[in-house]
Amino acid sequence: MIETEAKNRDLRECMVLDHVNYVYGAGTAYEKHALQDINLVLQSGEFIGLIGHTGSGKSTLVQHLNGLVAPTSGHIYYKGNDIGAADYNKKELRSKVGLVFQYPEHQLFETTVVKDVAFGPKNMGLSGLEADMRTFAALKEAGIGEELYDASPFELSGGQKRRVAIAGVLAMQPDILILDEPTAGLDPRGRDEILDRIAQIHREGNRTIILVSHSMEDVARYASRLIVMNGGRIFADGTPKEIFDAYQELEGIGLAAPQVTYLSEALKSAGISLPQNATTIEEAKELLLADWKGGRR
Amino acid sequence: MIRDITIGQYYPVDSPIHRLDPRVKLSGTMLFLISLFVFSGYLGYVIATVFVGCVIKLSKVPFRYIVRGLRPVFFLLLITLLFNLLLTRNGEEVFSFWIIHIYDEGVIMAALMAVRLVLLVIGSSLMTFTTTPNQMTDGLEKGLGFLKKIRVPVHEIAMMMSIALRFIPILIEETDKIMKAQQARGADFESGRLLQRAKALVPLLVPLFVSAFRRANDLALAMEARCYHGGDGRTKMKPLRYQKRDAAAYLILFAYLGTVIGSGFLFR
Amino acid sequence: MKKSMLSTNKLIFEYIRRDEEGNVESIARALDEVSLEVKRGEFVAILGHNGSGKSTVAKHINALLSPTEGTVIVNGMDTKDEEHLWDIRRSAGMVFQNPDNQIIATVVEEDVAFGPENIGVPTEEIWRRVEESLTAVGMTAYRSHSPNKLSGGQKQRVAIAGIMAMRPECIILDEPTAMLDPVGRKEVMRTVHELNKNEGVTILLITHYMDEVIDADRVIVMDGGKVVMQGTPKEIFSQVERLKEYRLDVPQVTELAYELKKEGVPLPDGILTVQEFKTAYCAAKAKLEGAFV
Repeated sequence: MIETEAKNRDLRECMVLDHVNYVYGAGTAYEKHALQDINLVLQSGEFIGLIGHTGSGKSTLVQHLNGLVAPTSGHIYYKGNDIGAADYNKKELRSKVGLVFQYPEHQLFETTVVKDVAFGPKNMGLSGLEADMRTFAALKEAGIGEELYDASPFELSGGQKRRVAIAGVLAMQPDILILDEPTAGLDPRGRDEILDRIAQIHREGNRTIILVSHSMEDVARYASRLIVMNGGRIFADGTPKEIFDAYQELEGIGLAAPQVTYLSEALKSAGISLPQNATTIEEAKELLLADWKGGRR
Repeated sequence: MIRDITIGQYYPVDSPIHRLDPRVKLSGTMLFLISLFVFSGYLGYVIATVFVGCVIKLSKVPFRYIVRGLRPVFFLLLITLLFNLLLTRNGEEVFSFWIIHIYDEGVIMAALMAVRLVLLVIGSSLMTFTTTPNQMTDGLEKGLGFLKKIRVPVHEIAMMMSIALRFIPILIEETDKIMKAQQARGADFESGRLLQRAKALVPLLVPLFVSAFRRANDLALAMEARCYHGGDGRTKMKPLRYQKRDAAAYLILFAYLGTVIGSGFLFR
Repeated sequence: MKKSMLSTNKLIFEYIRRDEEGNVESIARALDEVSLEVKRGEFVAILGHNGSGKSTVAKHINALLSPTEGTVIVNGMDTKDEEHLWDIRRSAGMVFQNPDNQIIATVVEEDVAFGPENIGVPTEEIWRRVEESLTAVGMTAYRSHSPNKLSGGQKQRVAIAGIMAMRPECIILDEPTAMLDPVGRKEVMRTVHELNKNEGVTILLITHYMDEVIDADRVIVMDGGKVVMQGTPKEIFSQVERLKEYRLDVPQVTELAYELKKEGVPLPDGILTVQEFKTAYCAAKAKLEGAFV
């Protein structure tokens, strides 16, 4: 029943997870229920922040979306088709759902940047010209200057390496781009550059983005929807405002809201009530300026 | 899953065998293996089996766990069994069909060979079950210490072994990760002919080597920062010292060896 | 005046790249006349983006690198002096970024013992030190665990215990939290602060996370191999614009206060915490309303 239902849905629903469970090491001492009854509908064009602390199941979940890991039970539909079906083309799915792993620069292996980025398109069996076009488009999309095209990927800076690795996934022209902690280990400027680049890819490339992150500040700034995971389950799912308004519940599972949200609460206790809690610096600035000018009147 | 592989399947319980000095266990295993090839006559088999049985009982490692360890050598066992059954042409024929002729001595030989093999595998796995990799390297370092005199870098070899033991699980996990990352870019490690498959490993092996070298570099720095400068002047947190129980173990071991060899002369 | 723990004087370090014949191909100056001092018992943070030279400074203090020019003095010893090498490394221990790549043994307590073993501490004394160090970082319960089963933060605490077991007077931490999640980062920072307070260990923390330096006694900012700013966290974070030039960040409330001030809200510079912001904003507002009454 679910299957026909999923098929008949609006095409904007690009990914549907239906009662997905994942157990690994079943029957051994290491048995772990890594995902428990996950139900999700992901819409085309969303910018989703996926948060939760280490071991909450985030990484396992995203590896299900491109078929690297198959659920123990339950179904995953991409554009209405069950990706677990025996005749489903897994290779094509992996090009449509691009997954950028943590520290993706660790996967670079070719002698030049261009060759490395072309690895994906070549694996898809594209002709030389088509593969080249995609490669150069991806390099541009990831913001890599032409002067680096023939450099060895091992000689680049940390931030550059990471962008080359992201280009390697973009070159497959995915509809959904999943990034597992793309800013880990970068300095503040490197972090902002990568995040701004991702926002641009979302805007201009019209791709769905799933950003796995530990930074509440980052997801508050970029995502339109947050999915919070805890102990292999979906703990909360909503807009950043909805999620961070319930900051006490977040604290209950070892997470926290952005600093400006706490500031909003602190001001409330001092009798300065803002119309809503802020989640980003820009928003806090607007709210406080309004309050300040209101006070002057 | 690839990361579930455990190296040196140590079975963590506290038993008299676990507490023995690793040097005793190392030389004990060696002597036991030698004894298996030296003895002759049925009594030898009985004594060796009883001996292994006692050690298993003392080690508190569940019998099922030990049997599971036999699985990888099952085929070897089967082949030896068949060879002995089919190729021995002595004694009386007990079974014959088409070109298959089985003689009674063949049956006996096959059975004895199987027992020998099983004892061999159990004997050596008992050591890994009851000795942590660390103790094993310590045992080797100290037990082979005399080789230092002929300029064999015993300490360095032992240090390399223990570092390898520490990093094997990390590198296995890393392999898993890089494999997945390349699969996400459409890499295919599972199909194709041999040459294609070998080629497909390049995107896996290059990053793996780069990572291993980076780790080795980091580790060398960290070791230097912690004042590591070879084996000279080093002390030990857990130095190996023979206890009374180790002496007792050696006595039992030699007693076993004596009986098992002697039994061959008594009942020929 | 407290005694000096370590200092560098006009420290210059150059990476020299040679071609195959051994001719000098290029010279990159990683450190350019760096002079800094850390006093006994202080908690000093070096802040800088990747490639600013902060890690190169750290490696000099532990005598893993030797200056091209200038001097590095640790605990009264010159790091160029070969005979003091092990004394220097013992008194200024170093914790690195990747928690996996600095743990040597397959059992926690044996890893902690590695340093003392290297410097020839007698067996009974090693046991005592391992016990103390594991207690100091709160990892006693894991003493017989395999490091592979620990979280990143726990591994990093084991690495710190391994340094503590050498009884150092100073610990240099080179981006110890860069690879950790927020929980691990908090764990490690709490441990480092406790060691500074309870055990009196001098701390030199190298990081690019600004929220880790606000509790430091003093902050040194590096950029392009030079020391460009020095002062208390408050003094440093009062200069938001300059920090951004150096590719650094400030806490959210600091930036918010700075932005509001630009718009004419009279807030002081260098607000570091939610509490400070609240107090300052309420005071400003009371003043404003008072002026209108």
